[in-house]
Amino acid sequence: MSASSAFNDEKGGSSSVGEPEYGHDPASGGIFSSDYKRHDDLKEMLDSNKDSLKLEAMKRIVAMVARGKNASDLFPAVVKNVACKNIEVKKLVYVYLVRYAEEQQDLALLSISTFQRGLKDPNQLIRASALRVLSSIRVTIIVPIMMLAIKEAASDMSPYVRKTAAHAIPKLYSLDPEQKDQLIEVIEKLLADKTTLVAGSVVMAFEEVCPERIDLIHKNYRKLCNLLIDVEEWGQVVIINMLTRYARTQFLNPNINESLLEEGGEKTFYGSEEDEDEDDEDKDKKAEVATMAKRKPYVMDPDHRLLLRNTKPLLQSRNAAVVMAVAQLYFHLAPKAEVGVIAKALVRLLRSHSEVQYVVLQNVATMTIKRRGMFEPYLKSFYIRSTDPTQIKVLKLEVLTNLANETNISTILREFQTYIKSMDKDFVAATIQAIGRCATNIGEVRDTCLNGLVQLLSNRDELVVAESVVVIKKLLQMQPEKHSDIIKHMAKLIDNIQVPMARASILWLIGEYCEHVPKISPDVLRKMAKSFTNEEDIVKLQIINLAAKLYLTNSKQTKLLTQYVLNLAKYDQNYDIRDRARFIRQLIVPTEKSGALSKYAKKLFLALKPAPVLESPFKDRDHFQLGSLSHLLNAKAGGYQELPDWPEAAPDPSVRNVEVPEWTKCSSREKRKEKKVEKPFYSDSEGESGPTESADSESDSANGSESVSGSEVSGSGSESEESEEGSESEEEEEEEDEEKDKKKKKKELKKKPVQESESEQSSEEEEEERKHERKSKPRKSDSETESGDEEESESESSQSESDESESEAEVKKKKKAAQSKPPAKPVKTDGKKEKKEMSLLDLDDFEPAPSPQVTPVNSFLSSSLVTDLEGLSLSDSVLSPATIAPSSALKSYELLHRITGEGLSVEYCFSRQPFSPDANMVAVQIQFTNNATSDTKNLHMEDVKLQSGMRVKEFPEIELLPAGETTTAVMGIDFCDSTQAANFQLCTHTRKFFVSIQPPVGELMRPIFLTENEFKKEQGQLMGMNEITERLTLDVKCRNEHTIVQRVTTAANLSRVPCGSDKECRFAGRTVTSSSLVLVTVATKEEGAAQLTVNCEKMVIGTMLVKDILQALTQ
Amino acid sequence: MIHSLFLINHTGDIFLEKHWKSVISRGVCDYFLEVKEKAVEPENVPPVLQTPHHYLISIYRDKLFFLSVIQTEVPPLFVIEFLHRVADTFQDYFGECSESIIKDNVVTVYELLEEMLDNGFPLATESNILKEMIKPPTILRSVVNTLTGSSNVGDKLPTGQLSNIPWRRAAVKYTNNEAYFDVIEEIDAILDKSGMTVFAEIQGVIEACTRLSGMPDLTLSFMNPRLLDDVSFHPCVRFKRWESERVLSFIPPDGNFTLMTYHVSSQNLVAIPVYVKQNISFFETGSCGRLDITIGPKQTMGKMVEGLMVTVHMPKAVLSVNLTASQGNYTYDLATKVLVWDIGKLNPQKPPNLRGTLSVQSGAPRPEENPALDIKLKIQQLAISGLKVNRLDMYGEKYKPFKGVKYMTKAGKFQVRT
Repeated sequence: MSASSAFNDEKGGSSSVGEPEYGHDPASGGIFSSDYKRHDDLKEMLDSNKDSLKLEAMKRIVAMVARGKNASDLFPAVVKNVACKNIEVKKLVYVYLVRYAEEQQDLALLSISTFQRGLKDPNQLIRASALRVLSSIRVTIIVPIMMLAIKEAASDMSPYVRKTAAHAIPKLYSLDPEQKDQLIEVIEKLLADKTTLVAGSVVMAFEEVCPERIDLIHKNYRKLCNLLIDVEEWGQVVIINMLTRYARTQFLNPNINESLLEEGGEKTFYGSEEDEDEDDEDKDKKAEVATMAKRKPYVMDPDHRLLLRNTKPLLQSRNAAVVMAVAQLYFHLAPKAEVGVIAKALVRLLRSHSEVQYVVLQNVATMTIKRRGMFEPYLKSFYIRSTDPTQIKVLKLEVLTNLANETNISTILREFQTYIKSMDKDFVAATIQAIGRCATNIGEVRDTCLNGLVQLLSNRDELVVAESVVVIKKLLQMQPEKHSDIIKHMAKLIDNIQVPMARASILWLIGEYCEHVPKISPDVLRKMAKSFTNEEDIVKLQIINLAAKLYLTNSKQTKLLTQYVLNLAKYDQNYDIRDRARFIRQLIVPTEKSGALSKYAKKLFLALKPAPVLESPFKDRDHFQLGSLSHLLNAKAGGYQELPDWPEAAPDPSVRNVEVPEWTKCSSREKRKEKKVEKPFYSDSEGESGPTESADSESDSANGSESVSGSEVSGSGSESEESEEGSESEEEEEEEDEEKDKKKKKKELKKKPVQESESEQSSEEEEEERKHERKSKPRKSDSETESGDEEESESESSQSESDESESEAEVKKKKKAAQSKPPAKPVKTDGKKEKKEMSLLDLDDFEPAPSPQVTPVNSFLSSSLVTDLEGLSLSDSVLSPATIAPSSALKSYELLHRITGEGLSVEYCFSRQPFSPDANMVAVQIQFTNNATSDTKNLHMEDVKLQSGMRVKEFPEIELLPAGETTTAVMGIDFCDSTQAANFQLCTHTRKFFVSIQPPVGELMRPIFLTENEFKKEQGQLMGMNEITERLTLDVKCRNEHTIVQRVTTAANLSRVPCGSDKECRFAGRTVTSSSLVLVTVATKEEGAAQLTVNCEKMVIGTMLVKDILQALTQ
Repeated sequence: MIHSLFLINHTGDIFLEKHWKSVISRGVCDYFLEVKEKAVEPENVPPVLQTPHHYLISIYRDKLFFLSVIQTEVPPLFVIEFLHRVADTFQDYFGECSESIIKDNVVTVYELLEEMLDNGFPLATESNILKEMIKPPTILRSVVNTLTGSSNVGDKLPTGQLSNIPWRRAAVKYTNNEAYFDVIEEIDAILDKSGMTVFAEIQGVIEACTRLSGMPDLTLSFMNPRLLDDVSFHPCVRFKRWESERVLSFIPPDGNFTLMTYHVSSQNLVAIPVYVKQNISFFETGSCGRLDITIGPKQTMGKMVEGLMVTVHMPKAVLSVNLTASQGNYTYDLATKVLVWDIGKLNPQKPPNLRGTLSVQSGAPRPEENPALDIKLKIQQLAISGLKVNRLDMYGEKYKPFKGVKYMTKAGKFQVRT
């Protein structure tokens, strides 16, 4: 009270400037009456019509609430102001309302209508905060209203409101668990949301409401993985933890083979014992699987790989919780060889606040038991400073002990030696325990440790001595015969040591090994008999034990002593001791009544006792999910979700398939099987499209906004994708990856019509076959190399990313199934225009030197941003994926004219994406349009005629192209860095057409990223013959940097190099086949004069390129 | 998730409470206060406590306990990290995070807490976003507000909330565009009695202060990025670019922020800037001991060592000290038994020395342990790892910003064992 009244004074003082009458308020005493009085004037202020007075009153009320004072009697006065115009007053009223609504339910209902109005407000912040408050008012009567509001908000066009809806779900659930089913529906719908903003919150709601409904995650799994890096940090933690659990139910144990190999291998020390144990378990439980695994190598599910890859960069997060979440994910899910990456990040966290250290060390301690090698290089990071808090010291000690092995034990022991001198006695005791554990675990140092501990027996601090005695006792038990001198030494100590535990330990030792010290032991018993009555209970019990043992081995000398001790014990105050005495007397002293047991007394007392195993308290803690509260407490906390064991056989992986675009499918498939089967791949995607959209049945406008955000998402997805690949050090250059991603997206968007056209044709049967095939794949892939898998997962993952937008499109497609296609055409141009405008905005341009290929993606980001901000929904056709035709930057060429092709017209363009099956090939995207009245079937190519060295990867056969439809396919051509044409025949089921593709020189290269310095260095090496310079006068329309960049990059597939001066534009690329550098510099001068410089090893290419660029710039 | 938050001062008074779900009586804090009473140092209170119905997770910052009440399973680090973020936010808003300042700004604090969590789940924790919703208090603004009745609370959704770069607020405008980077390195080391390095590593941090208009896209490159062994980044940094090119590419938040922290591994030889010769001994007979400490320059790369300070936690038995310092002053706190020797600048010609006698409580046994020395020092204009910023480029905006990089080396956890 005194503190708070002082606070009142301060408060009064500070506010007295604006409110003189308050300054005189006699509230300083904190007496009830004055409180009451003051509430009166607060009520007055709240009733006034001045906002400033209301605000002042509310501030004072909130200050009361903050101090925990009861302000509930003001409820009626406050609730009146819920509709106040002043936003700060309103917010404070909300704060108050949420605090007291539960106590004053009836009055709280008065405010509900205001919130209902707020839910319809055009300002998204108001809508969101109305929902927030409404859902926070814990009044059961309004449950139906809340439910309605949540459902509505879940389809709001503002992602922020949808996020709020996700937050409201657990609130409602805790208020009324009966609503679960309805809430799960909302969760399902929000899980399908594609904005990063919503993802974290909805997974949180999922975890609180229905963590058991793992089936809801399937369809969203890949999306969540891809979004992860862009989700805010708190959401990342929740998602990663949930995905860890998910992965444990869906994938196979990646270490299953390893454990088989290890089995029978040499047994290392305790560190690996755990592993071994686990192996045994594995063996028993999964014998079947194991034998199967022996036959075929373990193949990681691409989705499993995707998760591991996409979480890895988050180890670099600044947020300790995120790092820990990733670390536990790797610990629980990654193959043994890959777990090591987390060690560095965890060690980094040890620099953080001491609370963070505490939690991290607990987890590290558990990890070190199972995977010791991981932290060995960081041994010194766990060295203890005298300024560490005790709890940190003890944990570090634990880790050091776990890390000890034959090689580092000497360093560790030396380190321990300095710790023993510490002032912190609890810590010293822990150190002695640790030494004991090292000694039991590492045979080589057992004697050294024992000697060290014996030396400690002469320490002046009694606690140290006592702890040493206890530890020595345990060590001696392992090999007592060698150490009778130590036992003698300890027997002498009994006169000095007062700590009961230590005394008891010594007595036990002497009793147990009385044969080794036959002379001393009766003497000790004599001394103890004298002091028996003054001893602690635990010591008394050991005296009785000692007496009994001596009686059995040396009854001549000790008979009387034993009798005496037993008599003393008989009248002890403690019933345990009395019981023990009675029991022992019956057992050892032969009487006529004594039963059969006394014969075995010697066996009972002097049985060989197994040496105690000194174990880490962290052993077996890893059955809790690491990083969880339950793990920390080593007890199950409320709401903890068990981490399931790996399944014996992986559940059907196809449940995670969303819409799979045909193009990606076939490329990855071809890679794997070299066109083993010619299946219509779309059948697969068709079959699965059904269940996907179950959640999406919203209004058109909502749909529109969603599709926008969808594209945003895939954009960011690609970003994360790239970063991952970089870290994986794939052979492919990241630029390529980036493009690949984009290309796939674009591709798949274009693919739409095909799928639509094919949809009717695809039969159930085919789908079944596909699935079957998929499942059986892992077993067949015996011969596959590891790298092959890697690639597979690669393509799978990028495909999954495109899946999302695909499914979105699919949904829409279904809706418009009845509609005819033509309307899409006009919109196409719309889409283009939109794109161009947006690229100027470049709000969140992630590439410092954007090449035109990059901008479309970014423009989606910004466009979605803009739409979200303005809260207007684009009509859903504008960005409907089907309409996004080849980017405006790509020039199409005609391959087959409509007339010569008898209705079939074919165009091709160079899509500038890396051709994934073969990096040396240029990807050519071919667009077939069937203008005839009849269907075209079996479109494929034949009879390829090429110059020597050139190669072609054919596009997969297109089985059916219905009349009036368009489809695209991609083929790869290796032009060998020449502009020679590739000739081939294009065949349909009826006709063959001779066609040829000739590349412009600019398409024979791919962009690379260079820094300015690298560029200059490379340029310096390509002088003389390799340099071609031309002067030119720029086209009037082409005198600014932007257009120059655009024109050059349109003419040639190059990327911009950052440059300090604005008078120069630089571009760099490499030829596709030979990877020769191509460097282009355009230096502008006064009045449109300019100089073009091309440096290229291949002079022919250089000359042709100069010609092409000149033309592009002067036209 | 987080159910309630209590702020408790070091004497155990609860001076603020906030509930995000139904109200929990402050009686729950009693469990915590009990443990706190038992602990000798406030740092020794375990961060996670279990009570019959709740879990208490607390942090100790600036002499305050931030105690959160949890009812169900939640990653403890999640809560700890969040509580620290709360303390950081207070620091950011009010300049310091103390009991009196929180009490003075209790309404702002409450509004902040309301925005930061929704139903116990973090909602907005980026300082740029919070500042758009709730303006930090300034004297000028409070005067204006009382006159005009306008408020500190924004009525628009901060644009950052929805964008891909939530850390940056929109429409930033400055007349002077500037970007400053402070490269601060701390040496963590343990030296043994003889002055040998037991363990040493460098922990670096790059603190940035950017006041740039619009949406600048910055690229910061190093001369020798390979030095960096382990890094962690502000979310704005594009990890992919770092992986592939070892440059920091980012759109910065507005204002002050920590761009990255890094670690230079102990495998690279860490330069130890000073040597310490010390001799602390207690005589077997007579209740006294002797202390002699000399500090001199070792590897300073030709720079001046400043702010040199030695702290010694004496054994409890040491009653008083009688020392003479050749440079600087020393103080000995009788209650906490802490000897602090503030040296200031290190004179390379005449290494400072502190010597004299320690008087030990008579009758007490000779202290067995020798106290460790904690060294503090500062070296301006030097990053001891040798890390150098190569250049800073800006894209996306037309103006030329003023750029500056500053280096500093400090002693972190630098301990000499005796």
